Amino acid sequence: MELTGSQIIVQFLKDEGVEFLFGYPGGAVLHIYDELHKQNDVKHILVRHEQGATHAADGYARATGKPGVVLVTSGPGATNAVTGIATAHMDSVPMVILTGQVPTPWIGSDAFQEADTVGITRPCVKHNFLVKDIRDLALTLKKAFYVATTGRPGPVVVDIPKDVTDPNVRIPYEYPRQVAMRSYNPVVKGHPGQIKRAVDLILSARRPVIYTGGGVVLGNGSEALTRLVRHLKYPITQTLMGLGSYPATDPLFLGMLGMHGTYEANMAMHECDVLIAIGARFDDRVTGKLDTFCPTAKIVHVDIDPASISKNVPVDVPIVGDVVSVMQEMLRLLEASGGAPDPDALGAWWSHIEEWRSHHCLEFDRDSRVIKPQAVIEALYRVTKGQAIVTSDVGQHQMWAAQFYKFDQPRRWLNSGGLGTMGFGLPAAMGAKLAFPDTTVACVTGEGSIQMCLQELSTCKQYGLPVKIVNLNNRYLGMVRQWQEFFYDNRYSHSYMDALPDFKKLSEAYGHVGMLIDKPEDVEPALEEAMASDQLVFMDFITDPTENVYPMIEAGKGHHEMTLPPHMSPERELA
Amino acid sequence: MRHIISILMENEAGALSRVAGLFSARGYNIESLTVAPTEDASMSRMTLVTSGSDTVIEQITKQLNKLVDVVKLIELSTGPHIEREMMLIKLEARGADREEFKRLSDIYGGRVIDVTDATYVIELTGRGDKLDAFIATVDETKIIEVVRTGSSGVARGARTLRL
Ligand SMILES: Cc1cc2nc3c(=O)[nH]c(=O)nc-3n(C[C@H](O)[C@H](O)[C@H](O)COP(=O)(O)OP(=O)(O)OC[C@H]3O[C@@H](n4cnc5c(N)ncnc54)[C@H](O)[C@@H]3O)c2cc1C
Ligand SMILES: Cc1ncc(C[n+]2csc(CCOP(=O)(O)OP(=O)(O)O)c2C)c(N)n1
Ligand SMILES: [Mg+2]
Repeated sequence: MELTGSQIIVQFLKDEGVEFLFGYPGGAVLHIYDELHKQNDVKHILVRHEQGATHAADGYARATGKPGVVLVTSGPGATNAVTGIATAHMDSVPMVILTGQVPTPWIGSDAFQEADTVGITRPCVKHNFLVKDIRDLALTLKKAFYVATTGRPGPVVVDIPKDVTDPNVRIPYEYPRQVAMRSYNPVVKGHPGQIKRAVDLILSARRPVIYTGGGVVLGNGSEALTRLVRHLKYPITQTLMGLGSYPATDPLFLGMLGMHGTYEANMAMHECDVLIAIGARFDDRVTGKLDTFCPTAKIVHVDIDPASISKNVPVDVPIVGDVVSVMQEMLRLLEASGGAPDPDALGAWWSHIEEWRSHHCLEFDRDSRVIKPQAVIEALYRVTKGQAIVTSDVGQHQMWAAQFYKFDQPRRWLNSGGLGTMGFGLPAAMGAKLAFPDTTVACVTGEGSIQMCLQELSTCKQYGLPVKIVNLNNRYLGMVRQWQEFFYDNRYSHSYMDALPDFKKLSEAYGHVGMLIDKPEDVEPALEEAMASDQLVFMDFITDPTENVYPMIEAGKGHHEMTLPPHMSPERELA
Repeated sequence: MRHIISILMENEAGALSRVAGLFSARGYNIESLTVAPTEDASMSRMTLVTSGSDTVIEQITKQLNKLVDVVKLIELSTGPHIEREMMLIKLEARGADREEFKRLSDIYGGRVIDVTDATYVIELTGRGDKLDAFIATVDETKIIEVVRTGSSGVARGARTLRL
C-alpha cells in the first residue's frame, strides 16, 4: 500500500487501535487534518485550547489505561500543549502527542510558527522524536506508543515537519506490529532473591505498614494488591495517586498519608518497623521532613523505575519490577512458606492504630449554616453510590475530594498530583466521559481552577458530554489562602477572587444547565437532580470561605507533627 | 568524589542535549564531557566526568540509564581504568623560552606541533592532573591559549563497554 505521510499517520492510528484523537488544527498539520476528514474510525475531538486537548487525552488515559493521543499544530499549538504534557509526565501517564512542525528545510530559520518543540518538551517527556524523513514515520510512531506505554509510562512527543506529510509524496506502508529498541528494555520481573528477602522481612514485622502509590494504578495491580493486603491483614495507606487501588471502605485502609493525610496513616508511618512501599515515589508531600521519616522502619520498595528507588529515602530491600509480577511472586512465597506474622504483635499494633483512628481526624462541623465543602463531597459520594469517576482540579477542593470520596476501584480518581495543574479537571472529565459514556463523571473544582480551562464547556456541548461539575466556590484561591492564614499571618495577598462570573448564567450561555446552591439543605437534592439529568450540569456551591484542610503537615515537619483540626486537643499535635 | 562514567548511546540528533539537559535540570556537576562516534556509526561513546556523593552518583547513573537514547553505561572509576586527555597549548615562545619550552615539553612527553617566530603549539596527552601540572610549570604570562579535550577513558583488561 503506497500512502502519503498524512495517510500513514491516520492509518497507523487506526492500526494501533486509537479511538479518540484530541486536537486543534493549524497550518503545519493541515495535510493530516485533510486525511482525518476522510474517515470515521479515529474520532477527532476538537477542543477549545491545546491545554484542554492534552488534559482530555490524559483523563482518557488515566481512566482507561490506554494511551491518550493528541494532535496540535506547530509553534503556539505545541507550546499551549506543554502544560498538559508536563502534567502527564509528572504523574507517569501514557500519552502520544503529535505536533506539527515547519517544513524540514525551514527548521532553524525562525519560520512562521516555528518553535523548537523537541527542545522545549525534552525535560517534560519520557522521550521525543523529530521525524525528518517520511520513511521513518511509521516506525517512529510505533516506537512512540511503545515507549509511552511500557515500563514507567509517560508522554512521548512526535514532532512532524509539514513536508513529511506532503500529499504528493507516497511510500509503501505496513503497520509495524512490533518494535525492538536496543537502548530501551524496561525490567518487568523482580529479582527472585530480593523478593525472598522482602518476604522474610515482611513476615518478621511487628508494626508493618503497606504504603502504595500511583504505580499500582498505572500497572493495573489493584487485584494483586488487594489479595496481598488481605492475606497479611496489614494496615495499608495510599498516596493521592494511589487512591482506589485498594478499597477505601475496607477497615484495613487507613486513608491517605502525607501532607493532608489522616492522623492514623501518618502516625502509623512514624511508628512502623517495616514499611512496604509499592509503586510510590516517596514524594516530599508524602514524606514530610526526611530526617524524621519512618525513623524505626526497615523499608522494602517495589518500583519499575530504578531511579525512583533510594532517590529521596534510602531503602533496605530494593526490588525493580512491575507491581503485578512482584506482588504475585510475594503472594506465592507467602502462601508456600505458610509463615505468618506474630499475631500478638500485629494485634497490639492494630489496637494502637484504632486508638489513633478513634479521634476521627476528618470530622468537621456538620451543623454549620453555611455549606461545608466536605459535606458536598460526602453527599456526592452518597448520591453517586461511590461509583462515579471523579476528576479534580488543584487546591483545597482536591484534598477534600481525596479525603471524603471513598474510592473502591482504581481509575476512578483522576487528578494532577505531581505538577498540581489547575485547569486539569474539566478536560480530564471530558476524556473520561468519552471513554465511559455510561458512567457518571464528576469534576470537583474550585472557582479559581475551573476558570483555567473553562472554554472546554463549549467542547462538552459539541460532543454531548454530560459531565457534572461540582464547583466548591469559596471565593478564594483557598489553598493559597490557607497557607497565608497559617504562615503569613492572615495576609491574604491576591488570593481573593473578586468579580467572579455568575457561573449559572455562564454555563447556560454555553448551552448547559447551571445551578446555584447556597444552603446546606439544598446540597443533596441539587446533586440528585444533577445526576438524574442527561445534560452537563454546573453546580455552583457557595461554600464556607474560611474552611481549612486538616490534618496538615507543614513544610519541614515530620509525620508526627501534624497540625490537627480544631476538634482534636492541642496536646495531640505532638503525640 | 570524582567519577568517570562511560556511555554508549544512539548516534541520534539531540542525544547529547538530553544528557546535558539532564545534568542542568537535576543540578548535577559536569567537570567534562566528550563525545564522538565509535567503530559502529550508529553509536556514540561519551565520557563524562562528574562529582558527588555516592547517592548522587547512583542517581546520575540511574537517570542516565533512563534516557531512551542511552544503550549502556559503566562507571569507569569503580575499577582499574585508563584516563587520557589531550591539550593543545599555544605559548609565546621567544629567545631563551624557545629552548626552555621544548625541554619542558620533552619532559612531559609532549610534542611541539606548530612553530612560528613568536609562538609554539605544544600537544600533550595524559591524565588531567598531568596537564594541570604542565600549565602550572609554564610562566602564566606566556600562555596564549589552552585547548583541552576533556577526559576520555577505557577500563583496563577484561572489563568492557560494548553491545
Ligand atoms: C495541593 C496538593 C496537595 C497534595 N497533598 C498530598 C498528600 O497529602 N498526600 C499525598 O500522598 N500526595 C499529595 N499530593 C500529591 C503529590 O504531590 C504526589 O503527586 C504524590 O504523592 C505522588 O504519588 P506516588 O508516590 O504514588 O507517585 P506517582 O507519581 O503516582 O508515581 C508512581 C510510581 O510508581 C512507579 N510505577 C509506575 N508504574 C509501575 C509499575 N507497573 N510497577 C511498579 N512501579 C510502577 C513509578 O516509577 C513511580 O515511582 C498533593 C498534590 C497537590 C497538588
Ligand atoms: C496553573 C496553576 N497556577 C497556580 C497554582 C497554585 N495554586 C495551587 S492551589 C491554588 C488555589 C486554587 O483555587 P481554587 O481552584 O478556587 O481551589 P480552592 O483551593 O479554593 O478549593 C493555586 C493558585 C497551581 N497549582 N496551578
Ligand atoms: Mg476557591
